[in-house]
Amino acid sequence: MINYYPRIYPIDQVGAEERVSRLFSRSIKKESKIRALKLALSMIDLTTLEGKDSLGKVRQLCYKAAHLHDQFSNLPQVAAVCVYPNMVDVAKKTLEGSSIKIAAVATAFPSGMTTLEAKLNEVKSVVDAGVDEVDMVMSRGRFLQGDYSYVFDEVAKVKNTCGQAHLKVILETGELVTLDNVRKASDLAMDAGADFIKTSTGKVKPAATPPVVLVMLEAIRDFYKRTGKIVGMKPAGGISTAKLAIQYLVMVRETLGKEWLTPDRFRFGASSLANDILMQIVKQSTGVYQSINYFSID
Amino acid sequence: MSKSKTLKFDTGGAYSPAPESTDHIQLKDRYGLFIDGNFTPSKAGKYFDTINPANEEKISEVPEANTKDVDSAVQAARQAYEKVWSKMKPSERGKYIFRIARLIQERAREFAVIESLDGGKPIRESRDVDIPLAAAHFFYYAGWADKLDFAFPGCRTKSLGVAGQIIPWNFPLLMAAWKIAPALAAGNTVVLKPAETTPLTALKLAEVIREADVPPGVVNIITGGGETGKMLVKHPDVNKVAFTGSTEVGKFIMKTLAGSGKRYTLELGGKAANIIFEDAAINQAVEGIVDAIFFNQGHVCCAGSRLYVQESVAKEVISKLKDRMNTLVIGDPLDKNTDIGAINSRMQLEKICEYVDIGKKEGGSVYQPSCTLPEKGFWYAPTLFADVSQSHRIVQEEIFGPVLAIQTFRTVDEVISKANNTPYGLSGGVWTDKGSKLFKVTKEIRAGVIWANTFNKFDPSSPFGGYKESGMGREGGIDGLHSYVELV
Amino acid sequence: MDKRLKIRKTYKLFIDGKFPRTESGRYYKWTDAKKTIDMSICRGSRKDFRNAVVAARKAFKDWSNRNAYNRSQILYRIGEMLEGCCDQFIGELVLQGLTKSAAEKEITQTIDRLLYYAGWADKYQQVFSRVNPVSLPYFNFTVPEATGVVAVCAPEESSLLGFVSVFAPVIAGGNTCVVLASQSRPLCSVSCAEILQNSDVPAGVVNILTGFRSELLEHFSSHMDINAIIYCGENLQEIKMVEENASLNVKRAIVYNDEDWSKNNSQGPYYILKTQEMKTTWHPVGM
Repeated sequence: MINYYPRIYPIDQVGAEERVSRLFSRSIKKESKIRALKLALSMIDLTTLEGKDSLGKVRQLCYKAAHLHDQFSNLPQVAAVCVYPNMVDVAKKTLEGSSIKIAAVATAFPSGMTTLEAKLNEVKSVVDAGVDEVDMVMSRGRFLQGDYSYVFDEVAKVKNTCGQAHLKVILETGELVTLDNVRKASDLAMDAGADFIKTSTGKVKPAATPPVVLVMLEAIRDFYKRTGKIVGMKPAGGISTAKLAIQYLVMVRETLGKEWLTPDRFRFGASSLANDILMQIVKQSTGVYQSINYFSID
Repeated sequence: MSKSKTLKFDTGGAYSPAPESTDHIQLKDRYGLFIDGNFTPSKAGKYFDTINPANEEKISEVPEANTKDVDSAVQAARQAYEKVWSKMKPSERGKYIFRIARLIQERAREFAVIESLDGGKPIRESRDVDIPLAAAHFFYYAGWADKLDFAFPGCRTKSLGVAGQIIPWNFPLLMAAWKIAPALAAGNTVVLKPAETTPLTALKLAEVIREADVPPGVVNIITGGGETGKMLVKHPDVNKVAFTGSTEVGKFIMKTLAGSGKRYTLELGGKAANIIFEDAAINQAVEGIVDAIFFNQGHVCCAGSRLYVQESVAKEVISKLKDRMNTLVIGDPLDKNTDIGAINSRMQLEKICEYVDIGKKEGGSVYQPSCTLPEKGFWYAPTLFADVSQSHRIVQEEIFGPVLAIQTFRTVDEVISKANNTPYGLSGGVWTDKGSKLFKVTKEIRAGVIWANTFNKFDPSSPFGGYKESGMGREGGIDGLHSYVELV
Repeated sequence: MDKRLKIRKTYKLFIDGKFPRTESGRYYKWTDAKKTIDMSICRGSRKDFRNAVVAARKAFKDWSNRNAYNRSQILYRIGEMLEGCCDQFIGELVLQGLTKSAAEKEITQTIDRLLYYAGWADKYQQVFSRVNPVSLPYFNFTVPEATGVVAVCAPEESSLLGFVSVFAPVIAGGNTCVVLASQSRPLCSVSCAEILQNSDVPAGVVNILTGFRSELLEHFSSHMDINAIIYCGENLQEIKMVEENASLNVKRAIVYNDEDWSKNNSQGPYYILKTQEMKTTWHPVGM
């Protein structure tokens, strides 16, 4: 195990929240809005991560992923579906032939409270099952204890086990509480090899919040400037409105520039967001406010 | 070694137009002077145009008040003071001021649009900062009207009489609020002259004041240029002069009033130092730098126009600052996404261009993000000057535009002495995560308002004003009342 | 001739922004001086009081953290709402025994007093805070902070002006409260509850109970989660009990006996100061 010393990078919460407010006051209308809505749609990781998930549920979710709203033409597809390890096979089968990626959570999602060995076995099993992306959880307890080397080592080993699959590291920012911690954890995850850093499991409140997303995007930017390595970002949980999704896209654009506005570098972990975006797209096109009755719920 | 990677912003054309609608506002083609509760034409019959600096189009005509007009206004204020306002129960005076505050809140959007049209500032700023603060200012001071006995330990208060007030063009409605509210709360009556290029929101305020049923003559608003201002200052029946504007004119006012026994307060220019230490929260500090000098196109007396960044973090700060400048949207003030609006006037634009030329000749290196500026109207891109020092004119003199001069420093003592090395003393900024250092620096900077880990924050309860040539007297809070009363 | 039957008002308690009846189901009869009207007023129980304290405690964090300008505007709004309902209150004051002109004077004075405290909410901090010139290299400052949840026994006789005079400074200072209305003149207090609900006052900031002082005073003064109690009245035995019970958790006991609320100086920032705690902070000044 190498010794990892996290860098201290103070974040002023009041200042960060003010920046968020400024960014969120952007008014995105007309062509910008339509472009943003379609872009947001293409960045969704359609997710189902419940103890009661069944083969039927996952099949239906995957079908929805590939057929968001067939009544409307030229809609982009979502980026990926995200499921538990024991659902990877059925997801793969249902989405055979589509370009939608398969992501699986691993490492004892959502708590991460098990041995390193068990976590690496789980990662290996989903990699063998052929996932494109692995979403791991960081060990928050160890992090808050100050065992940064342990946490670093864990992420590095998981990355190693991922092979060709991309690794997203979930920081569970709701448990880290402070923006200073969020920054520290972001830097640690990236130093250890993360391809994406992700805010939350969605099982803890608060999940993704605007100041947290800002701090993580700035961490990615600083890391890029320092090392030249590109890392992506995924806010997850609590993003159910198109309006918020667009505000996050503004945040990405003005923090990292337009090259980060692609599903290769930015994802939304969400489930009901897709329908809200679809309703907005149809409203923009017809001029009429929509009702959920006209969109499939799966 | 790390390769320097660039990020692509060019926010300039990123967003579709998001214009604020203007069809609900009401403007007259020609205004009168607001004297004694009515709008009356100027006795001289002279008018001047007020234009929209974003497209140079005429909006309205306003009168150029002459000596007779100024005299009528002062007389109206005097009569209202002697017969009505000074005799009124203080809590009733307070209620009138509360009404003004509530009416501004009700008409907020209309005021914001007119402010942006007339002065060039982005609608987002007038909507989110100027107008709410103006209403808050009236609301805060309304409550003081019947509580003056508690403001000054051991002393009761007496109002002064008629106040002559002259305000600038950078925060037209807000400056009107800063002047009128405390004056009225303290029991005085007012004659106010708004700036030549931005009279409209003051005239709208006059309409609100009339609608609030404020007794005629308590507030009088007369438009005009520098000459009208001089007449007001010199008028023998004005008891107190309040001026916000350039140091040059401030000194002229002091000379004019010498020996007259009149009281005066002055809020003049500044060249604030904004100091970033290596242990600051750097990302928030960069945002603070942008807020300090590019907010309101740099037309802010307390702007952080001199940046001092500790050498060990200078490269990081400047690189992030340049990236951030590339996300600033310069354009139509009425577009909700505009960050930097129009320069207020041709005259001001020429002044800024002149200084930037001086800076270049003096050997400073310039950085400006590439952006296409509209053809008509007055525009200037946000500008950085690096490789400059205390001896450069652009570091010493107030430019009043979106131009930042950057220097590095090594020790605390060095930066404190450089920050204080100026005849100005209005404001300053300090960025560090270390509390004790923060308080040490704020203690030693000789300026009236110090922002620690923030910049350009205002509140009606917070006193604002300068040391040295940045003026004397404070506006806001209890100290703001001080200038409008006599302690007995 | 057909006379239209009027709908009689039900006078209920005001807890957590809602209007429940007393959980005890009890009532007491109230009739006006001329005996034209008979009403059933809720006879509040100790459980109602307990629930009200829970609501007030829950509301405290948000209310005390709101900025002063916001509290100031809300108090002003209460004044706006009250001004609009003058006639209703005049009617009730007359029923409670005042002449019409005395009632008019009382309502206008009440509105002006509310405005007075609205104007203090964002200023008392400046008047009562200090920076202290300690002789060590520290920045040392003292600020007033809200004490918490305040129990209030409102005046028996001055049921509108006195009622408002007592709770307005409490909430202007960032506290939340549970108020026991006048037993003999309960109508205006309950109507005040309606005004508060219309005024953007968050639920739980002011809770109003009706009932017998003799039953409830014991609980008002002994509750361990109350930070201060305000007692209005002259009964020496009650005062003694309140002060003794206050000692259980060292709550601050504030007694207004023999106060004429209609006087001009029955208002002021010192009424706010009574439910404030002074906090002093030290921080080094140095490198």
